[in-house]
Amino acid sequence: MKRPVKIAYAALVYLFLYLPLVVMVIYSFNASRFSMRWKGFTLQWYDHLLHNATLLQAAAHSLYIAFLAATAASLVATITALAIYRWRFTGRKTIHAALFVMMMSPDIVIGISLLVLFMALALPLGFWTLLMAHVTLCVPFVAITVHSRLHGFDPHLIEAARDLGAGEAEVWRHVVIPMTMPAVLAGWFMSFTLSLDDVIISFFTTGPTFEVLPLRIYSMVRLGLKPEVNALCAVMILITAVAVVATQSLLKERK
Amino acid sequence: MKDSRVFKRLVIAAVLVWMVLFAFAPNLLVLMASLGRTGDTAFVVPGLSLDAYRRLLEPVYGQILLSSLYLAGGVTLICLVCGYPFAAILARTRPPWRGWLLLLVVIPFWTNSLVRTYAMIAILNANGIVNRLLTATGLISAPLPLMYTTGAVLAGLVYTLLPFMVLPLYAALERLDPRYVEAARDLGATPARTFVRIVLPLTMPGIVSGCMLVFLPAVGMFYVADVLGGARTMLLGNFIRDQFLTSRDWPFGAAASVALTLVMGLMLLLYWRSNVRLARKELA
Repeated sequence: MKRPVKIAYAALVYLFLYLPLVVMVIYSFNASRFSMRWKGFTLQWYDHLLHNATLLQAAAHSLYIAFLAATAASLVATITALAIYRWRFTGRKTIHAALFVMMMSPDIVIGISLLVLFMALALPLGFWTLLMAHVTLCVPFVAITVHSRLHGFDPHLIEAARDLGAGEAEVWRHVVIPMTMPAVLAGWFMSFTLSLDDVIISFFTTGPTFEVLPLRIYSMVRLGLKPEVNALCAVMILITAVAVVATQSLLKERK
Repeated sequence: MKDSRVFKRLVIAAVLVWMVLFAFAPNLLVLMASLGRTGDTAFVVPGLSLDAYRRLLEPVYGQILLSSLYLAGGVTLICLVCGYPFAAILARTRPPWRGWLLLLVVIPFWTNSLVRTYAMIAILNANGIVNRLLTATGLISAPLPLMYTTGAVLAGLVYTLLPFMVLPLYAALERLDPRYVEAARDLGATPARTFVRIVLPLTMPGIVSGCMLVFLPAVGMFYVADVLGGARTMLLGNFIRDQFLTSRDWPFGAAASVALTLVMGLMLLLYWRSNVRLARKELA
């Protein structure tokens, strides 16, 4: 391909990816409520958001769940990744394969299988079931990120620490954990966004007592275009963009 | 020494318990549910019947299954054909630029897909961008009914899932050693032949994982069909959801979910095979 053709093609794809988002953000500042015509700049839809109590509560729930799920998932996943990296035991390969399969599983399959599990355990759907579901969603992603980072290490570092007289605990504290930390942090941010983005798994695993933002948006969106929703979506895009930049810079540091 | 052995056992046990409870048990329960019957009081009465699977193959439901797979296949093909050259361009861009361009693909990748689906409405609406452009240029006189069609669902799915195709393709193409391509060209191969014999096989794992990341969600994302397709288009995801939440026919919904899991299994097998084949070639 010729260079101008390449640039034009790439520009077209970016246009496709960003045009709907840009249009939505522009409309979130549009003074007209009912028509798509531009009637002047306004911040009133953002003001509406700030005064919508149900929406704010759903947003708070989402951030709370995302924070807890990301933290718990990072913990579980880091332990899992370290265990399968450091030790040889029965079931090790199965765990590794299962993590990969879980990562690839369609959300709807994860969602209904957890719904069936919670029903079988007679757990009422709400905060706890949602939290467990989001942790399950995030663990494979963090575990695989941390595991591949561990694989990139020079194993001699651990041997060197041992030769210098470090015990198992000291090797962990001074060598393994500091080296894994950037990957764990990146995994944490990844989980945070995964949890905020999820619609399908939340749909099946939470109850009316604990509504999260994507589900609230879902019920608003089904009723058609609304300027408040535009404003809300614009805020969500901004949060995602910040989290993505943070994750990328954390992952880049290793090079 | 003894302490560290106890520690090791405890950690491994905890990891195994977690995996069994949240990874194996739920899937096993779905499989069991698919073999049971619906009851009056319980959601599922345990049993060993293949009835739910038989019903899945009845013309009415088989039609839903097929059209959903057909739609997802179309979405996958469009993403692959549009995404491959795009990923190739990204992979050949020089470093400072490449990082920024890649970031611009990663941001939509992580943006809430419901938000992105919603953004599509403003594009496809009767007075949305597409219709206004077409009316302004005089190509059409009245707005086209773009919303609530199968085409809208297709466009929405391609829009949401394109980054999921581009990123694995980019990873595969970036790893591709340009010397292989140069060697093939030096030996007299045409660009088309070089692509088919060299580039395509070497990027096969990326192609398969990209297809997997697009196809599987495209079957399941019921909210895209709800928001853009109205009640007309039904994905397997809508079907499964309705069986669980509306019809309360858990065995039937579970059977559909098991079928989807089997499709995933097949694709994973394909991915694994293409990886093994590539590793073998690299050794040779």
